[in-house]
Amino acid sequence: MLSLADIDALWLTFKVASLATTILLLLGTPLAWWLVRTQFRGKSICNALVALPLVLPPSVLGFYLLVLMGPRGLVGKLTTELGMGTLPFTFAGLVVASVLYSLPFVVQPLQTAFTAIGDAPLEAAATLRASPLDTFFTVVLPLSRSGFLTAAILGFTHTVGEFGVVLMVGGNIPEKTRVVSVQIYNHVEAMEYGQAHGLAGVLLVFSFLVLLLLYSTLKTNPVSPLK
Amino acid sequence: MTEIIAQFKLDYGTFKLDVDLRLPSSGITVLFGHSGSGKTTLLRCIAGLQHAPQGFLSINGNLWQDSDNKLFLPTHKRSLGYVFQEANLFAHLTVLDNLAYGLKRIIQKPNTEKFNQIIELLGIEHLMERMPERLSGGERQRVAIARALVLNPDVLLMDEPLASLDSQRKQEILPFLTRLHGELNIPVLYVTHSQQEVAQLADYLVLLANGNVQAAGLLSDTLSRLDLPQAQDRQAASVWHVTVIEHEAAYRLTRVAFAGGELSLPAIDAALGISLRIQIYARDVSITLEVAKATSILNVLPATITNIVDDEDGQSVVRLQVGNSPLLAHITRKSAQLLALKTGMKVYVQIKGTSILN
Repeated sequence: MLSLADIDALWLTFKVASLATTILLLLGTPLAWWLVRTQFRGKSICNALVALPLVLPPSVLGFYLLVLMGPRGLVGKLTTELGMGTLPFTFAGLVVASVLYSLPFVVQPLQTAFTAIGDAPLEAAATLRASPLDTFFTVVLPLSRSGFLTAAILGFTHTVGEFGVVLMVGGNIPEKTRVVSVQIYNHVEAMEYGQAHGLAGVLLVFSFLVLLLLYSTLKTNPVSPLK
Repeated sequence: MTEIIAQFKLDYGTFKLDVDLRLPSSGITVLFGHSGSGKTTLLRCIAGLQHAPQGFLSINGNLWQDSDNKLFLPTHKRSLGYVFQEANLFAHLTVLDNLAYGLKRIIQKPNTEKFNQIIELLGIEHLMERMPERLSGGERQRVAIARALVLNPDVLLMDEPLASLDSQRKQEILPFLTRLHGELNIPVLYVTHSQQEVAQLADYLVLLANGNVQAAGLLSDTLSRLDLPQAQDRQAASVWHVTVIEHEAAYRLTRVAFAGGELSLPAIDAALGISLRIQIYARDVSITLEVAKATSILNVLPATITNIVDDEDGQSVVRLQVGNSPLLAHITRKSAQLLALKTGMKVYVQIKGTSILN
């Protein structure tokens, strides 16, 4: 069935997706909150930038990242200065690319959840002596549980499913950047349809189960917006 | 300095707020006005939920805003309680946790005895473990009131707390509000557009229109000011504070005393010495020049006319002084002319009906 190389690819995919999702939740939460609350005039520009990976061909995103993070790119020069070398074709580069690629899948569900909460609970918390930060942790986070669940699952599964960006930025290096989608491509290229079937099947079942979990949880535990 | 000073200037283009108020630091002050009069905006400025660019706000000597000195205390640092139009409870917390939310965040040590007193006063002891979604509208609003009160704030701000409830639920909560008044010594600023709530709750009345203060003063004084549209309204009424002095069981009547005399009212189920608020509609008051010897009306009192204004509908609005209590009467202009009523005249008022407010 699955070869050792397949298992390696699965494990690597899991690591990339977990790390990218964690980073996305940490960065995406304040970003989404800011986008919902700000009166900043350039808000639409920020929204458009966040949504860009939704419509851009992954290869285009991957191409720009490759150029940016390469030895002559701005980011590449910076990472070289810092003694980190360049990011393309490394595990770190793969994670950075995944974070950008999956950004809208995390930020948008959070924006929806934060918007649904509205001003009322925030004002109530303020009149009950809670500072804005306190309110965020004790009122906003618990009230947007379903938004976080959606964001985490979509972010994770979308990262698992990426291909174009990975190929451009990560390449095809066993145990370092060879994730499942690339491994399946390799199998098909080598006419190993049986192997491809095994991995593709794992991915299909996994994705379906995760989405099933998401929708059944949201259906039975809708977090009702407070009114 | 035990008073509330509130000065705000705010300009939203279509809406302007410009108020300069000194309010008593005890009892219930009602901010009354129609929608768009600025009453809720004023309350939100006092709470700091809205930031008026120009403002000065001092609550019993504590400065909350002074824009000249760039001082603006954020809402969470103000010792206030706020009851919203919708109860606005936290949906993810039980009733008890909703009540505890603010308590955990005040420096003052929570007083268990007072906490229990408030829970009992509002009749929510049995709801502690419930989630807000499983409460009725009236219960939710009572929890919201308790949640604000347990903080023992310097001032309680209430923004039309009854507006979202049907009349039955209103009647369920109003008694709690009047009891609050008697049992807790927290000044209340209460926003409403309901004349009924004004009559029932207000000690001090602020009338707002188009973002300006039309009048501010003690309830009985403000209600009887003839220069205000309230006095000409068909529902115009005077509110008196009375004390029960005698029950005439045989006649099913109760005698009460007010500042300036006594009245007979339909029997009231209240002990002697209890204070009550009664409302006398201006249309239920008639005027005679002499004491009518033969009349079925029990309450005939000597009074002095202090002002008369004619409206456009053939009606004269007469302001009288009965002892120390102001009283409004609506009579026809024809009667006013036949009796040759003038300011300063001594007359008698006949009161055909009264209603008890609490």
